[in-house]
Amino acid sequence: MQDLLRRYGTLLTAVFVILTAFWLLALVVLPNFTMLESSFRPYLPVTEIGGPKDVYSFGNYLKFFANSTDTSFLGMTFQMPIHMKIFFLTVWYSAIVTLVTFLITYPLAYYLAKVVNPRTLPSLLLLILIPLWVSEALRAFAWYIILTLNGPLNAVLVGIGILDKPVRWQQGVVTPYDAIMIGLVYTYLFFMLFPIYNAIQSLDTNQIEAAEDLGSPWWRTHLRVILPHAKPGIASGCVMVFMLSAGSLLVPVQLGSPRSLWFTQTIQQWMLEAQDWNTGAAYSLLFLLLCIVFVFAVMRIFKVNLSDIAK
Amino acid sequence: MSAAIELDNVCCDFGSFRAVDHVNVTIKAGEFFSFLGPSGCGKTTILRMISGFTEPSEGVIRIGGKDMKGQRPNQRPTALIFQNLALFPLMPVWENISFGLEVRGVDKATRRAKADELLRLVDLPGAGDKMIAQLSGGQKQRVAIARALAVEPQVMLLDEPLSALDLKLRQHMRAELRAIQKRTGVTFIYITHDQGEALAMSDRVGVMSQGRLQQVADPRDIYNNPVNGFVASFVGENNILTGTVGQRSDGFATFQTKLGTFRARLGEKAGTGAVKLYVRPEHMRLSEAPAAENSVPVTVGDVSFEGNFIAVMTATDDGTQLVAELRNDGAATVPAPGTRLHMSFDAARASILPDETTAEG
Ligand SMILES: Nc1ncnc2c1ncn2[C@@H]1O[C@H](COP(=O)(O)OP(=O)(O)OP(=O)(O)O)[C@@H](O)[C@H]1O
Ligand SMILES: [Mg+2]
Repeated sequence: MQDLLRRYGTLLTAVFVILTAFWLLALVVLPNFTMLESSFRPYLPVTEIGGPKDVYSFGNYLKFFANSTDTSFLGMTFQMPIHMKIFFLTVWYSAIVTLVTFLITYPLAYYLAKVVNPRTLPSLLLLILIPLWVSEALRAFAWYIILTLNGPLNAVLVGIGILDKPVRWQQGVVTPYDAIMIGLVYTYLFFMLFPIYNAIQSLDTNQIEAAEDLGSPWWRTHLRVILPHAKPGIASGCVMVFMLSAGSLLVPVQLGSPRSLWFTQTIQQWMLEAQDWNTGAAYSLLFLLLCIVFVFAVMRIFKVNLSDIAK
Repeated sequence: MSAAIELDNVCCDFGSFRAVDHVNVTIKAGEFFSFLGPSGCGKTTILRMISGFTEPSEGVIRIGGKDMKGQRPNQRPTALIFQNLALFPLMPVWENISFGLEVRGVDKATRRAKADELLRLVDLPGAGDKMIAQLSGGQKQRVAIARALAVEPQVMLLDEPLSALDLKLRQHMRAELRAIQKRTGVTFIYITHDQGEALAMSDRVGVMSQGRLQQVADPRDIYNNPVNGFVASFVGENNILTGTVGQRSDGFATFQTKLGTFRARLGEKAGTGAVKLYVRPEHMRLSEAPAAENSVPVTVGDVSFEGNFIAVMTATDDGTQLVAELRNDGAATVPAPGTRLHMSFDAARASILPDETTAEG
């Protein structure tokens, strides 16, 4: 603060502080607080707002636990509330998306950081970045076209004999969520690639060579030297991809089917179709909270600290 | 176990730049061999070729008689100690040391015991559970040596491992390294640009310049009988006189200069090319009367007292600078600046050698 004052003078410093405060208060604190407040109030006709029925309660949150249905998971069948089921499916498939994204990006990041000739690196990075210039909506739509029944993916797979006849990717082939997962992996790949690339890039190449010199096969060098070094980058990539995937609305709407609901779509249903913003707010906050709990739990398992990710 | 290494006409090109140029040398099993040369002369490149990180563009490398072509670093019986050590900062010291054993599937208890044993060998007992960041430069050094020794290599390759240490520690580590080499009997190939280090530690030294091996000999020969001007001036100081060779006889020759005619040993490689006369400052004598041979009148300039010797800067009548280093035996008289004296040297202590700029390996 002293430093800021000295460097920019009182007026400019005041402008900075006011703008930052405005940003934090008006664009972060206030909307979230409004959402928190309204999530505890019942959805009422306009005439009854502020009336005797408008009291705080956990009613909206409890809807999450209503409407049990049969659920089967990994061979087990049990009763579970329908929205909770969608929530778990969303977390489960987001986790798979995160894992798949990691499996794709780690070798690529390693290749870019340590193998490729430094002179060709800029053009490779450019090739990777160009798709990012197109908006997320258009990229999801592109996948919609690729995955349609008479689309290029089916044509190729049938053409080279992997498939007998075209399949409905959006209905799901392996899981009902296939198309969504493909779209999410593609959309958020870069949020994984760059943190891991940066992390591996900062590793002294001599350490990789030292491991090899001591007789280490390539996989052990990765396991013992490169992966541990890249762990903070991997963690921040995973957190980003997971949160973005779970919170994505566009891709599930564009590439999903009625069989593959994403939790964000449930929230959207409350807010737009049922016009019940209060329950929608409650679901949003619950979703955020549960995802954060999940992320922290996974971080604990992999012994990652929050400070590692911030790096 | 130790193995001999043969470099047979080894070259290494980076694009059009030849970093190592037709190097031929056989390093004996159990020998402490140093490559000595200025920065950028290709020392690290040679080491990387021996350890397998770089393939020679031409020539053959044999370790223990076996052609190493196509052998990856993890298949060679060598262990490289990197210029920056390249310890694994996320592993504790003992895991660093036993990493090579872990790779070979040795169980944890044995690895720990071996690591502790090696830590005692390098004089760092009890440091096994420390992290690398908690060690001093010299301690890191020892851990790197222990890590390399753990895989029981036949050849240890050391890339200027002492360059980051202060003088006292460096001297201590020199002795330590030498002792470890004697104890283990492993062939050591040591790289340095510090001539003192190379001379003090090695059985033999290879002096390099611009990718070429200039001379391979034991430290005494390198210092006393350099083959060319480059070796003479890279290893130790010299007074250098320009001139032309006159009559030759019996390994000696006369050498005509502006200061007069001198007699000196004729270097083996002093052919028809440009040559110069090299005399070490400690072989220069100062006297009041002219000596019988190889004598020049000089005027004393700066005199600097260095402790164990006294360096006397002088100039001849035509302005040529000559330096004499007089051993300080406690009673040496220091000539006063401006004194007229005669500088002389033994013909057997002066060499006519190919000029360093035309040095051929
Ligand atoms: N990978 C490379 N690509 C291109 N040129 C290289 C490469 N590695 C080394 N060189 C060049 O080869 C020459 C020899 O390099 P090297 O690293 O062997 O020198 P060095 O003798 O070890 O020097 P120093 O004492 O500074 O470590 C240098 O001119 C260097 O620029
Ligand atoms: Mg080097």
